[in-house]
Amino acid sequence: MNGQTEQSIYPHRHLLGIEGLSPLEITALLDRSETYVEQNRQADKKQSLLRGRTIINLFFENSTRTRTSFELAGKRLSGDVINMSVATSSIKKGETLIDTAMTLNAMHPDVLVVRHPESGAVKLLSEKVNCAVINGGDGSHEHPTQALLDALTIRRRRGTLQGLTVAICGDIVHSRVARSNIHLLNTMGARVRLIAPATLIPPGVERLGAEVFYDMDEGLKDCDIVMMLRIQHERMQGSFLPSQREFFAYFGLDYAKLANAKPDALIMHPGPMNRGVEIDAEVADDFGRSVIREQVEMGVAVRMACLEILTENLDRPVDSNL
Amino acid sequence: MSVNDKTPGKVAYTNARLLDPASGLDAMGGVLTSGKEIIDVGAGLFVDGTPDDAQVMDCGGACLAPGLVDIRMHTGEPGEEHKETLVTSGRAAVAGGVTTMVCLPNTDPVIDDMSTVEFVARRARLLGLAKVYCYGAITKGLKGTEITEMAMLADSGAVAFTDGLRGVADALVMTRALSYASSFGLLIVQHPEERSLSAEGSMNAGETATRLGLTGIPKQAEVIMVDRDLRLAELTGGRLHFAHLSTAESIEAVRRAKAAGLAVTCDTAPPYFALNEMAVGDYRSFAKLSPPLRDESDRQAVIAGITDGTIDAIASDHLPQDEESKRLPFGEAAFGGTGLETLLAVTLEMVHNGHLDILTALGLITSKPAALMGLSAGQLAAGRRADLILFEPDRGWKVTDARLHSKSKNSPFDGRPVQGRVLQTVIDGRTVFNLED
Repeated sequence: MNGQTEQSIYPHRHLLGIEGLSPLEITALLDRSETYVEQNRQADKKQSLLRGRTIINLFFENSTRTRTSFELAGKRLSGDVINMSVATSSIKKGETLIDTAMTLNAMHPDVLVVRHPESGAVKLLSEKVNCAVINGGDGSHEHPTQALLDALTIRRRRGTLQGLTVAICGDIVHSRVARSNIHLLNTMGARVRLIAPATLIPPGVERLGAEVFYDMDEGLKDCDIVMMLRIQHERMQGSFLPSQREFFAYFGLDYAKLANAKPDALIMHPGPMNRGVEIDAEVADDFGRSVIREQVEMGVAVRMACLEILTENLDRPVDSNL
Repeated sequence: MSVNDKTPGKVAYTNARLLDPASGLDAMGGVLTSGKEIIDVGAGLFVDGTPDDAQVMDCGGACLAPGLVDIRMHTGEPGEEHKETLVTSGRAAVAGGVTTMVCLPNTDPVIDDMSTVEFVARRARLLGLAKVYCYGAITKGLKGTEITEMAMLADSGAVAFTDGLRGVADALVMTRALSYASSFGLLIVQHPEERSLSAEGSMNAGETATRLGLTGIPKQAEVIMVDRDLRLAELTGGRLHFAHLSTAESIEAVRRAKAAGLAVTCDTAPPYFALNEMAVGDYRSFAKLSPPLRDESDRQAVIAGITDGTIDAIASDHLPQDEESKRLPFGEAAFGGTGLETLLAVTLEMVHNGHLDILTALGLITSKPAALMGLSAGQLAAGRRADLILFEPDRGWKVTDARLHSKSKNSPFDGRPVQGRVLQTVIDGRTVFNLED
């Protein structure tokens, strides 16, 4: 330590995943996000922290919510935000990835927010550019800002993550949201349960820190938080489920199943929801317990905090592997 | 590298540690060659001096062994010359001590026709590097439906039959292939992979794949086809060989079948006893292989299969891929790793680790694979071809791009420190590789 540079609260070049982050780093990201929640509720939502900075949202996979959330976050900090959607043919996706990364890098962006249908693609891209990279979701691997916004939502409602029991339900095998949440919740001292039919549970997932249930009533027993996942039809090649109606009957969240959880259990969903497939419409709109819209609100705050911290780090010596 | 086109006269290799797995010879001594042939080998050779008409090559105490015989590699030619050619694979081979190799039929055009067999053989012969033999395809165009003209292919030089990177999926086609081949005494080599179980996967199924968000290839994809084919071999009486076994259960199945007297053999490749799925790390596409790197218990089972003799041979499984095929997200990257230049050193790791003695280790990459394919190579004995390697088993080096001769650099051992270096490679009496050059 030469004392010349202030140590960052988050000493990494990129935000590629939750795995590997310490409780202190996660707490620091959440604390910083918290400062933006109130500001986002004011009439004047703008700050000038990112003036002169360029943020490129590079999306190789369709997204409206996440892209809009990042776009808004960048603009509220006065950054110049550009959205790029790269249509991907199923054959030559990777070639587009590296080529696009090199091309964009030459334009000197400060932050690249990248979403890609292949696991590991964002990490690969981060190795080819000089700017900070935020993983906006890579395949079935990680979606770190989603886990952070989920954590922020829970923390604001419950005060802490420590000691909570969180059930993550549905399409675990294809879900990057589930993986990021498993890592985050374990790191922060919560207990994770996974509830789904065995075809949607990836092998060995218990060793990531989760208890697996095939029975919704049993799995939801005394849970503090119920996180539903979207059934990802687009990633399902072959027969994972016999039908939507059978899935809903046994694994969809309705009031009867929810009765097993704690009376004040929060209901979450990363969106977009398939009403009547994984979640009953009434439950989703339950004013007292559903925090689904609050998750969306927290998303902007979390992304503002991530953009701010990574931009601060651009001038600091930090670890470039995460 | 100098390729001396002149066939030399007599050469006396003196002061060498002679290693011949076939005869069990491990002694200091010498070898006398004349032209393309070995004419004498022995511990006591040259005690009364070398013949006057012989050029003397002092081996300086290094090991002199038969050249390696690699029964599973891709040449890239014809069809994928941007990844590898017969020239570059030939150079990689001799740098790795491989003097005879058998190439897979997954070329374009496929080696399912006599003219392609002859093309490869002629091209390789003109190059004068490692000797190249071909597998013929089991099915036309590797499509898995109609069997090839196996007898005619064999007559034109195909040493055995395989669909290479693809397992023959249809049980009836496999039954007929084994049955038909048995009428001519031909060997069928299967890549055991039940595709309906593995098709979407890119690495071994399990915790690591789950953590990385990659679709897994379960071990059962290999075991199921091994089990099925063992029953088909029993049904038909055909000679069956499994390529690159990677799981404990499939090796155990072969062990039991051998004990029951079935005419079945198998091989593995260095990644399966020297690496496990942890090598994938953070999406390292050089560690994306088919079959995939398995877990540690499987790696230990492969070593056990080698030490107890269930596994008959070790092949390089050399599969060159260019940057465009590997610098991709893991799920989209091509399968395969190069292996010709690391075959000796990584196999010798089992000697350095105490799993094998040096003669047994060398036997797995010389005389035993040669015997499986019915080749006369892989022996240090009078009357055999002068295909020799001089090597230092303890000499350390690091596997790096710059040291590799293959046109593609996708070694799963990239960056690994290894021991065992080829100093000189001799084919038909001619020195085709010299480390000092």
